[in-house]
Amino acid sequence: MFAFVLRRVLATIPVMGIVAVFVFLLLHLSPGDPATVIAGDYASPEDIERIRARLGLDRPLHVQFASWIGRIAQGDLGTSIFSNLPVSRLIAQRLEPTLSLALLTLAFTVAVAVPLGTVAAWRAGTWIDRAVMAFAVVGFSVPVFVLGYILIQVFAIGAGWFPVQGYAPLSEGVGPFLHRLILPALALSAVYIALIARIARASVLEALAEDHVRTARAKGLPERLVLLRHALANAAAPIVTVIGIGFSLLIGGVVVTESVFNIPGLGRLTVDAVLRRDYPVIQGIVLVFSAACVAVNLLVDLLYTAFDPRIRY
Amino acid sequence: MISAFKTVAWDPAGRRAGAMRPGRHPGVLCGAAIVAALAAAAVFAPWLWTGDPAALDPAARLARPGGAHWFGTDMYGRDLWTRTIHGARISLIVGACVTALAVAAGLAIGLVAGYVRWIDAIAMRIMDGVMAIPGILLAIATIALAGANLATVVAAIAVPEVPRVARLVRGVVLSIREEPYVEAAVAMGARLPKLLLRHVLPNAVAPLAVQGTYVCASAIVTEALLSFLGAGIPPERPTWGNIMAEGRALFQVAPWIVFFPGLFLALAVLAINILGDGLRDTLDPRIARRLRA
Repeated sequence: MFAFVLRRVLATIPVMGIVAVFVFLLLHLSPGDPATVIAGDYASPEDIERIRARLGLDRPLHVQFASWIGRIAQGDLGTSIFSNLPVSRLIAQRLEPTLSLALLTLAFTVAVAVPLGTVAAWRAGTWIDRAVMAFAVVGFSVPVFVLGYILIQVFAIGAGWFPVQGYAPLSEGVGPFLHRLILPALALSAVYIALIARIARASVLEALAEDHVRTARAKGLPERLVLLRHALANAAAPIVTVIGIGFSLLIGGVVVTESVFNIPGLGRLTVDAVLRRDYPVIQGIVLVFSAACVAVNLLVDLLYTAFDPRIRY
Repeated sequence: MISAFKTVAWDPAGRRAGAMRPGRHPGVLCGAAIVAALAAAAVFAPWLWTGDPAALDPAARLARPGGAHWFGTDMYGRDLWTRTIHGARISLIVGACVTALAVAAGLAIGLVAGYVRWIDAIAMRIMDGVMAIPGILLAIATIALAGANLATVVAAIAVPEVPRVARLVRGVVLSIREEPYVEAAVAMGARLPKLLLRHVLPNAVAPLAVQGTYVCASAIVTEALLSFLGAGIPPERPTWGNIMAEGRALFQVAPWIVFFPGLFLALAVLAINILGDGLRDTLDPRIARRLRA
């Protein structure tokens, strides 16, 4: 078991290495001189020279990469060109709203999607099943920012149940915090619910066809227990895997949702950095989010062994 | 992005005759009809009771939908029906180009990786790395640096889609290379290019068609999203995302500016997804078998 965990952890190193190379090269693959691009259209030659020296762009490529990687390894993600603050501090400041939104969305998704998919599989072929599947296709197709505006129109402007936009930090109390986060989490979870309900349905359907389920039913086990203990327990592994793969979708969605609902998180930081061509910040965010994705998928891999006792290494 | 979860698993060896033909599946027909209608609207945009998408009419600013302006007007008095129909052009062009690019690149990488061991090891590690970067972020970062125009937007959206196509093709190659007829072809001295084109490629067409629809739907959403965030095609061109971005600040006063392009966007993506699901249900031998049973 320990060897397995160690091997999985070590396997993330080459992946992160390739991510780092990509993020580093992005700056240099762009046509023209990166310093000119970063400086923008109205920069003087002195500005461009200053940026070039600051980013070390006048040195050979491999030297730049080595020193960049060295600093990253020490937790130094560079300095924002726009605000002159360390990128790691900028990211840390914006972490709470983004993390809150992602976690609430995830909780909401699992709470809705797994029962939905299970019931659809249990009643496969009936109108319940068809309704769930139709919802899954529609939920998959309505982009999060379109849905966001529909929710704002109906529940915030129309019914007045929720504030239209904005964010309240957890330190202001759980009530206002949740009140402002429910609509964005709802909007963001639609795609995710559609995806996971679909996978849950397929997995439970497969589990229900197994011999041990027939045996459980034959010995008179209540249907509720058949579903929970025999079907869902066996379907848990693929569901958890998809939740893991879905994490990168969630991150993309967070960036957009924050813009729609005016939440001051990492997504807003990204958009602002793009508009200001603040490249160290963009690089830092891509790197941190990618590392988060790799970490979540590692966690999922390890959880897999817990959910599926047949897999033992 | 979305296509990540709709990655197709395919076993060509399990192929059987007798499944429903794609041309008869209601989802395929319905999705294809809507896509065709949108494509026609995009091609014939100037003749569909539209005006100049950039024409200003200060007297008719923020007009409600109806009457002279079916979809209303925006804050400069530009007609939203005209702009939304013209927006279909960019969306469909981006969808088609990204799909072509991602499928071509993924096909090339997948075919070679499936056949050449040492390239396989390297290529698949690089694909793992690309897949670890959230696609939207990679696209945003690329466009921010390379400059925002149609070509960079297409390239930036296509790159994150390549690994999944490559993996799919590689899977088909690996499952097909052990088949007796491929071994026979090898024994008869068929060269690698011929082998790939004659025997492997035909088996990859069906799964690629399905995966292609998902890539296309995903690309259209991502393009709209990039425009919406101000990180995509410059705001002078009316794209669905750009129109929505302009309507953001006025959402409480004039919700129709955001609503109509959003509706078209959702409709386009829904149609392509239904088409893809229909193709998968009829072309994937395992699912087709399950549906018949």
